[in-house]
Amino acid sequence: MTYTKRFDGRGQEDLRPIEAKAGIIPNADGSAMFKIGNTVALAAVYGPRDLRPKFMQNPSTGILRCNYNMMPFSGHGERVRPGGGRRAKEISMIMQKALAPVLNLKEYPNTVVDVFVELPQTDAGTRCAGITAAAIALADAGLEMKDLVSALAVGKVGGTIISDLTYNEEAYEEEGGSTDIPVAIIPSTGEITLLQLDGELTKDELTQALELAKKSAAKIYKVQQEALKARFK
Amino acid sequence: MTETILAAERAICTPGEILATGMGFIPGKGTYRESDNIRAGRLGILSIEGKVLKLTPLSGTYLPKINDRIIGTVCDVLMTGWRMETNSPYSAVMNLKDATAEFIPRGADLTQYFDIGDNVMCKIINVTSQRLVDITTKGPGLRKLEGGRIIKVGPQKIPRIIGKEGSMLAIIKESTGCEIQAGQNGLIWIQGEPEAEIKAAKAIKKIEEEAHKSGLTEKIKTLLQ
Repeated sequence: MTYTKRFDGRGQEDLRPIEAKAGIIPNADGSAMFKIGNTVALAAVYGPRDLRPKFMQNPSTGILRCNYNMMPFSGHGERVRPGGGRRAKEISMIMQKALAPVLNLKEYPNTVVDVFVELPQTDAGTRCAGITAAAIALADAGLEMKDLVSALAVGKVGGTIISDLTYNEEAYEEEGGSTDIPVAIIPSTGEITLLQLDGELTKDELTQALELAKKSAAKIYKVQQEALKARFK
Repeated sequence: MTETILAAERAICTPGEILATGMGFIPGKGTYRESDNIRAGRLGILSIEGKVLKLTPLSGTYLPKINDRIIGTVCDVLMTGWRMETNSPYSAVMNLKDATAEFIPRGADLTQYFDIGDNVMCKIINVTSQRLVDITTKGPGLRKLEGGRIIKVGPQKIPRIIGKEGSMLAIIKESTGCEIQAGQNGLIWIQGEPEAEIKAAKAIKKIEEEAHKSGLTEKIKTLLQ
């Protein structure tokens, strides 16, 4: 364990500075901005609205459709190739699966709720920031939800379990390198709707990391709630 | 067992927030029970009616409901009626017999009654489980809306814009001299002098923005003076 002092001087369990705002896009039915450190996610929700092509319609419930996009100038160093790719498509899917369990669209058969997540600035943890922003935007759109979803990445860098990794920490190569675990949690029940893992980890370390994720998600949940309440002050 | 309300009356509640604990309270619209707790099932303002907790939505799209008076726009002409857009995910169908008392011969050109793009004040007469909507223009005050302009507001704000027994709308109508029709689907038709129309639209937008606050009537009165 040599990674005891983090690159940005945070404590091991500290999150980067968080900022959230609901209702930032007037033309959307619901929208939100979520900023964690240098990662910024904008989410816009449209719908429920008529779904085309027709074969995608589900007559027993509305469906959720997510779209994740990193803007070309958002990353470190090299420009991100614009438009969708294998990675964006996968993340769109996992975002949909992370958010769907809290949503109830039974009242809206044959419709779709579209969520667009744009990332104008990125420094790791984009899918988590995207999910967190999308949860605020979905609530802002007035949809029936049993809870919000709070997401963040936890991980192991140089043998130390830490929360909310930055890009530098994800790219850490000494001493077993870096393990990155994006987690999305439904705070009221503690259910996990997203769990991915990139790197190496023992079973005990994973349990430890998930405990940390739960603690950190509670902090994010609070910010989400405040953002929604501030919209109607 | 303890029974306590954790949120205040008229507080803004977020999804998943615990509103009350204990079995002494009953979850109403927009809330749900999860073991001992009553939680918010959406974003909304809490109202406590005796033992029942209810959430009034602050945002959301319009969902067609029976007996609602809405403003529809004709988007297609069918074999025996018209299809209308309703500012909701679902379009509505107005059948010939619900449109006019006149005799319309077989094969007549239906666009002479309602043409594509016409705005109509109508009433919903039926909604199925799959959200197939039937509407009518038979009834007091239901008609084609000619001229004027249509503005869009959040459908949840319509009751506030209309006011108690139409009081808020009456104020706007009186001081601007405009004719105003508010549809439950969030569309409002205004007709009058161009300047008056703008003034009325501004007042309505103001009500929409501050719908969740109190003392609005006075504010609107001063705005319109």
